[in-house]
Amino acid sequence: MPRLVSHPDEVKIVSRRFGLGAEKIERYIELGGYESARKCLAQGPDWIINELKASSLRGRGGAGFPAGMKWSFVPKQSAKPKYVLVNGDESEPGTCKDHLIFLHDPHAVIEGTIIAGLAIGAKVGFIYLRGEYRYLLEIMEKAVADAYAKGFLGKNIFGSDTEFQIITQTGAGAYEVGEESALMESLEGKRGVPRIKPPFPAVVGLYGGPTVINNAETIATVPHVIEMGGAAFAAVGSLKNGGTRLFSISGHVERPGVYELPMGYNLKKMIYEVAGGVRGGRKLKAVVPGGSSTPVLLPEEIETLGMDFDQVGKAGSMLGSGGVVVLDDQTCIVEFALRTISFYQHESCGWCIPCREGTDWLKKSLTRFHAGFGVAKDIDNIKYLAENMMGRTFCPLGDAAAMPTLGFVNKFRKEFEDHLDGKPCPFAKHVELAMV
Amino acid sequence: MSPNNTSTETMTLFSPQLAARLDALVEKYPVRRSALVPMLLYAQDEVGYLSDGVIAEVAWRIGITELEVRNVATYYSMLRFKPVGKYNVQVCTNISCMLRGGYELYERFQEELGIGHKGVTSDGVFSLEEVECIGACCWAPAIQVNYEFHDELNPDQVPGILADYRAKAAAEERSSHA
Repeated sequence: MPRLVSHPDEVKIVSRRFGLGAEKIERYIELGGYESARKCLAQGPDWIINELKASSLRGRGGAGFPAGMKWSFVPKQSAKPKYVLVNGDESEPGTCKDHLIFLHDPHAVIEGTIIAGLAIGAKVGFIYLRGEYRYLLEIMEKAVADAYAKGFLGKNIFGSDTEFQIITQTGAGAYEVGEESALMESLEGKRGVPRIKPPFPAVVGLYGGPTVINNAETIATVPHVIEMGGAAFAAVGSLKNGGTRLFSISGHVERPGVYELPMGYNLKKMIYEVAGGVRGGRKLKAVVPGGSSTPVLLPEEIETLGMDFDQVGKAGSMLGSGGVVVLDDQTCIVEFALRTISFYQHESCGWCIPCREGTDWLKKSLTRFHAGFGVAKDIDNIKYLAENMMGRTFCPLGDAAAMPTLGFVNKFRKEFEDHLDGKPCPFAKHVELAMV
Repeated sequence: MSPNNTSTETMTLFSPQLAARLDALVEKYPVRRSALVPMLLYAQDEVGYLSDGVIAEVAWRIGITELEVRNVATYYSMLRFKPVGKYNVQVCTNISCMLRGGYELYERFQEELGIGHKGVTSDGVFSLEEVECIGACCWAPAIQVNYEFHDELNPDQVPGILADYRAKAAAEERSSHA
């Protein structure tokens, strides 16, 4: 069972019901659950969208797009049915927050989905979990069945004449399906390859109908936004970054875990105070701030860095999925870069050539480096490959592979050079990686 | 009953429970084909892998060609076309697990089981796989045995984990003969 953590600096909004038995519907209701959905049903779509806009809630999947604005793009009138799609395909290495939401607070996901449905005028919502989360699907299925039994889902939700149905399912092992258009393909029973945009899903989405796709954390946050009021939620966070975020802190820290902290919380404090500092009192070497696709940051770059979409962006990286991966001074960056690119090479769906070929050649180059056979021009070759992948693919997977690679090479060039021409790895870790 | 009868009852490879579940699954979605990926998973859970027979039955149930089913199935890394062990041990070695000893854990599983990546033990009880991130990064290093998570492991726990599953397999074997 995943361990829950806590720290005095945490502001528990989304995680406030974790560990309190809220997976049971009675308990969830006791803790204030489904009141927000009732309120939204009474207030109507425009009010909901305005609250969301006022909350500055931004997409927790990684892109950070304002949720209220996303919902407002869905046309009011549509010949085809509209859909809500909850992305619980959580697959970005370093990220395990949705895992806890499904485990401890499945009804918050259901309630958020209902509210999204009310806001855009959809009658059906899908909750899609990654295939590995089968035990969490079972928890979600039970929660959905209980919500139907209470009349919170079905033909007449909460006794109104409004209909809303929820369908849950898992994927079957594919990072790429976390990309919204690939997710829709997967739900339609196809290979998870991305669609070209535009048209955007808000106009042409699932089964060709207007579709709102939100990350599971975003959706689970929505009932809290309604409960607190958009403005109060916004006030918890930083400028244009409303509320809190579930940060998954992993790697070389004393107390890894999922912590809920206000947007804009300082990254250094997050590592040294919240997560207990670098393991064994070692020195910090680097931090991956938002999941494996975000460029690495150096210790001097995190001193005053606030963890919100805009500040991390300005620092040359991304807040991404909020997966903070901490590396101590014993970590071989070449090995870490290789493991990162091996993942993207494995997960590239092969649809776009720059990504398919780029990830493969990056992996080959880094494998050679790691094995001690790198030559000087390899470093620039790696940069050339990565730069030529950026922005040249249907979906962001190509960028997700190229960006961290460029970060490693640019910020740790000397360490790459130290591995050249058969020199022994300074970290003596050059055993051949099993996956390579 | 004629030998050419093609009703579900006579043609299905699956248990009556699974057949009923799959009948309901195709009705659940606005479009029948949406049931494809979950159907493949549930079929695999029961049969162990996607045999030619499974592919054919799924194609028939969805109303698409076997080629279309294969085209989709080959995309997803959890779907497989060969049998694995009764307990499929999946060790994550992605970054968060790697930093906390995922490779050491994986090596220990290889030693204890005497098999490598995608190997199956001779008694068919275990198979081993090195896998990508399984979403347990804060509780690293982590593994999954079939769908069950085991968190915050160290290599010395490996023999105990394997012994537990071996005992479970033996108990099931006994009860199936009883």
